[in-house]
Amino acid sequence: MLLNQFLLLGAVLFCIGVYGVIARKNAVMVLMSIELILNSVNLNLLAFAMRSGTADGHTFALYIIAVAAAEVGVGLALVLLIYRNKRNIALEDLSEMKG
Amino acid sequence: MVAQNIFFAIFAVIMVVGALRVVTSNNVVHAALWLVTVLAGAAGQYILLSAEFVAVTQVLVYIGAVMVLFLFGTMLTRARLGEETDLNNKTWILGIPVALLLFGTMSYALIDSFGDEKLPEDATVVSTQVISDQIFGPYLIPFWALSFVLLAATIGAIVLARKD
Amino acid sequence: MIISLDPLLTEDFTATVIAIVLLKVLVIFVVGLVATMLMVWFERKTIAGMQNRVGPNKAGPFGLLQTLADGIKLFFKEDLLPVKADKFVFRFAPYLSFVPAFLAFAVIPVGGDFRGDTGGIVTWFGHATRVQLADPPVGFLFALAISSIAVYGIMLAGWSSGSKYPLLGSVRASAQMISYEAALALSFGAVVLVAGTMSTSGIVNVQETLGDWHVVATGFVPFVIFLMAATAELNRPPFDLVEAEQELVGGFNTEYSSIRFALFFLAEFMNTITMSAVIVTLFFGGPQPIRIGDTALDIPLIPNDLEGTVWLLGKVLVFLYVYVWLRGTLPRLRYDQLMNLGWKLLIPTSLGWFMLLAAQNVGQDRGWNTGVVTAVSIAVILICVMIVQAALKVSAANREREGSVF
Repeated sequence: MLLNQFLLLGAVLFCIGVYGVIARKNAVMVLMSIELILNSVNLNLLAFAMRSGTADGHTFALYIIAVAAAEVGVGLALVLLIYRNKRNIALEDLSEMKG
Repeated sequence: MVAQNIFFAIFAVIMVVGALRVVTSNNVVHAALWLVTVLAGAAGQYILLSAEFVAVTQVLVYIGAVMVLFLFGTMLTRARLGEETDLNNKTWILGIPVALLLFGTMSYALIDSFGDEKLPEDATVVSTQVISDQIFGPYLIPFWALSFVLLAATIGAIVLARKD
Repeated sequence: MIISLDPLLTEDFTATVIAIVLLKVLVIFVVGLVATMLMVWFERKTIAGMQNRVGPNKAGPFGLLQTLADGIKLFFKEDLLPVKADKFVFRFAPYLSFVPAFLAFAVIPVGGDFRGDTGGIVTWFGHATRVQLADPPVGFLFALAISSIAVYGIMLAGWSSGSKYPLLGSVRASAQMISYEAALALSFGAVVLVAGTMSTSGIVNVQETLGDWHVVATGFVPFVIFLMAATAELNRPPFDLVEAEQELVGGFNTEYSSIRFALFFLAEFMNTITMSAVIVTLFFGGPQPIRIGDTALDIPLIPNDLEGTVWLLGKVLVFLYVYVWLRGTLPRLRYDQLMNLGWKLLIPTSLGWFMLLAAQNVGQDRGWNTGVVTAVSIAVILICVMIVQAALKVSAANREREGSVF
């Protein structure tokens, strides 16, 4: 197995995630695209961990999974609060401080 | 090693198709389910990379808890069955060249630096003991910081979701 | 590259090896299905006995074919698809509930020769193998992870039905299941602490004598917590509010009919069998015979290779009876009582007990006095219990004063 096949797969997922963050209006969809980005980073870390034979990459991948869980918890609480105030979760409508 | 390449190809196709459907789907719950597919494919890739513990933790935490949380959040904010046609920004078309440019840059950098480097073929599965030695050894302080992050996230989520 | 502890998979992949693996797969699948059928009959007959009636006795001898008759009847019913249902997810959800039960059964040792020194390895067709389908080093974590996928079946079933009652039922069910997963994992952590390994064959091998069985070696508390958390995970009574016919019409499977409903029903019983097997493997030694000192109880007339399976069957039957007994005797818990139990009692208790065991482990490693370690840890636990009680009292007073804030 080449090292590059895992890294390129990670790059593809990263770019799809970036497209999702740019293009999506719904807050939950943006959070999902961020999950895609985090998973591509994990793939990268584990590929390099296998290349070097140490377990540092595994440790960091576990930390990233934990951080992602925390971030999703807070992000969804925010989404819930936005929904309560505005009855929809389109990010374009959150522009009260504009101008 | 042919079997591993075949499995890699299968998982990679599933992941890329799933990721594309996440960002182009019209229904929030369908997008969440495609994301579950991507995460499951990622867990398969981690097993190919001899990372069994991380793969099983990915299934347990990411698929078993984080995505359930996503689906809860979607259902509580009244995910309507059927299509919603307004899930894309007005400027969504700009995302495509950005993503393509980013991918072009990254792939050029990767192919240029790593070329045809092969992964070691005699790698053994990283056991849980080695990972725990790393966590409670060199990376202990990030571990403490992470526990504070999780505590703050728990308290923050509870405070944010209260009704007063 | 995936090195498992099963000696069969470290050899070359000849045709015999592949045939043995396929045979194991087939046996697990067939035995699982037949066992589910028999479990339904067993429950109906036992509940009938407890309620002083006869139970099914018409279809086949002693009513043994009742489940088959029910299945055939359900198969011929009309397959409804609600108009507002999400078609693909509606069709897909029962399988998400059904498949994890079989997958989790793949890592459970169902037999083996533990009487000698072989450590459970038997020889089939000239190849040494363990009597389980797979034995990865993270075996039980895999079983936990697969059982956490079972939440999806229920949640998606309720959402995709397109109506109010199933959605409510499924949200309650999934909240209940993920709340009790934490207590399940923590008490499993106590077992891993004592056993030193997460692989199923390793955990079974450590429990040699009666005093080594994890139900004794971890104290009695993790077993009790695991049993309660497993009952809540399975949505079995007394935690079966999600299927409460009196309240939610049918819970998440209101709109399901015919073979899809049968799949959910069978999934629940298959999950029960799998979870009983998990409890037996974790806490009661799995296929290990009852051994006191050096003498092991020997079952006459059964060859050594099959004795492990007989022991496992006996122990699993005891736990299946316990589940049916709980159904027949205990009243149902209300939803807020259920959540209180899970979050405020089980999780702190399992965490505290885990700390206690860890302190004992460290104390033994470093040669500290066991009595002092025990006394200090009991004192710390008592202080924590008092703090938690005080916090609960304050929060209950706040809730009464302000009204509920959720």
